[in-house]
Amino acid sequence: MKTPDILIVGGGPAGMAAALSAARYGKEVVVIERDPHLGGQLIKQTHMFFGSEKQQASVRGFDIAYKMIQQIEALPNVTVLKSTTVTALYDDGVVTAVNRAGYHKFLPKTMIVATGAFEKSLAFPNNALPGIYGAGAVQTLMNMHGIKPGQSVVMVGAGNIGLIVSYQLMQAGVEVKAIVDAAPSIGGYIVHASKVRRMGVPIYTNYTVKQAHGEKSLEGVTIWKLDEKWQPMPGTEMHYDCDILCVSVGLSPLSELLWQRGCQMAYVPSLGGYVPKANEHHETSIANLFVAGDVSGIEEASSAMVEGYLTGLYCNLRLEVYAEDMAALIADYKSQLHDLRSGPAGDKIREGLAQAKLEEALHVG
Amino acid sequence: MRITTHPVLDFKREEAFDFYFEGEKMTGYPGETIAAALHANDIKILSLSAKNHEPRGLYCAIGNCSSCLMVVNDIPNVRVCVEPLSPGDRVERQNGQGDIV
Repeated sequence: MKTPDILIVGGGPAGMAAALSAARYGKEVVVIERDPHLGGQLIKQTHMFFGSEKQQASVRGFDIAYKMIQQIEALPNVTVLKSTTVTALYDDGVVTAVNRAGYHKFLPKTMIVATGAFEKSLAFPNNALPGIYGAGAVQTLMNMHGIKPGQSVVMVGAGNIGLIVSYQLMQAGVEVKAIVDAAPSIGGYIVHASKVRRMGVPIYTNYTVKQAHGEKSLEGVTIWKLDEKWQPMPGTEMHYDCDILCVSVGLSPLSELLWQRGCQMAYVPSLGGYVPKANEHHETSIANLFVAGDVSGIEEASSAMVEGYLTGLYCNLRLEVYAEDMAALIADYKSQLHDLRSGPAGDKIREGLAQAKLEEALHVG
Repeated sequence: MRITTHPVLDFKREEAFDFYFEGEKMTGYPGETIAAALHANDIKILSLSAKNHEPRGLYCAIGNCSSCLMVVNDIPNVRVCVEPLSPGDRVERQNGQGDIV
């Protein structure tokens, strides 16, 4: 049984940031990642980031990821277990994980769950035909492996991911026939929408998929318009021949481990579904079990990283580390989060987080 | 199809090796997942569904959705979207639930 000071589950943007700040004052940190590499979805992002300089605006996502990976690998007090899956969080605080080398047990002093999210699906006839992918899968094929997923695509979802991945598909030489979104307005940033529109891609709001067509794999898709009550309107159908349908209709937190451990959860649609209740230190209803990133509410990668940095410091506080620079660092990260969540786009996030707030210091651990 | 030129990314591939899909020899590269290499060889049907035996392909690519379970070197239920490809791998489409007994 290993007893690290801080155990981090997940090596995406939140988990990597958490590892860097968790290790800052010499504590022993273990990061467990189920993929063969760190980076999560960040290493698939070819676009330049927004935000301020502190969140590395105008740096491409994969460059941010590679820099963080190098920093983590240079730290002597961080152990990274890749290709390793956490299988359970037990009531006595034991964490089990499995990889090719066998079965591993940990009893960490504190722990950060940063497991991220997975893509939601959409219900329509033939929605499981080969050729229909989540947006992340298409990014994996194109941006990690350099494989063109097909010839032409219809994108479902005009949020930031849908818009960005549409642009990436064009960079990979795929014809983007249309972007459709059931909502009455484009969810993503206007700068991303303008970019794809300038390249001649129509964006249809109030439209959704009626049906996918194809025998063995996708050959086409029919879309139709929704009325004000989100009911489909017969007679408005449009058909596209395509061999890719990309589904980008939002994300849900990957919160299974938190459910299993018995964390108090809250259903907050604006955060992607069920999220753990957490206090202002990102600690759940289970003492010493912290959360960071999309698992605690779907936001952008920039917010996930800042949350990670912050939560790594909160674990150090819990472990009674007192360092001169800590208060200033915490204040800085909190103000960055505040900035990232300001403005109209942040309203829903702030309201959602208020609903998921763990008010009392209820620690049943 | 493998992308050779890209406006942002540079794909450096090491030496190619062979693997087999349903007995047919195919080309893969180090670092590719089995699903990626199959896609590059234009194989999109990875499994047949358990109940109606309908074709299933790659969906989530993060090892979550179970759409891509295949039989690899006689081992069923391998999530090929996250399983690295190795030289000589024998990959077969899985029909329904894998035979694990």
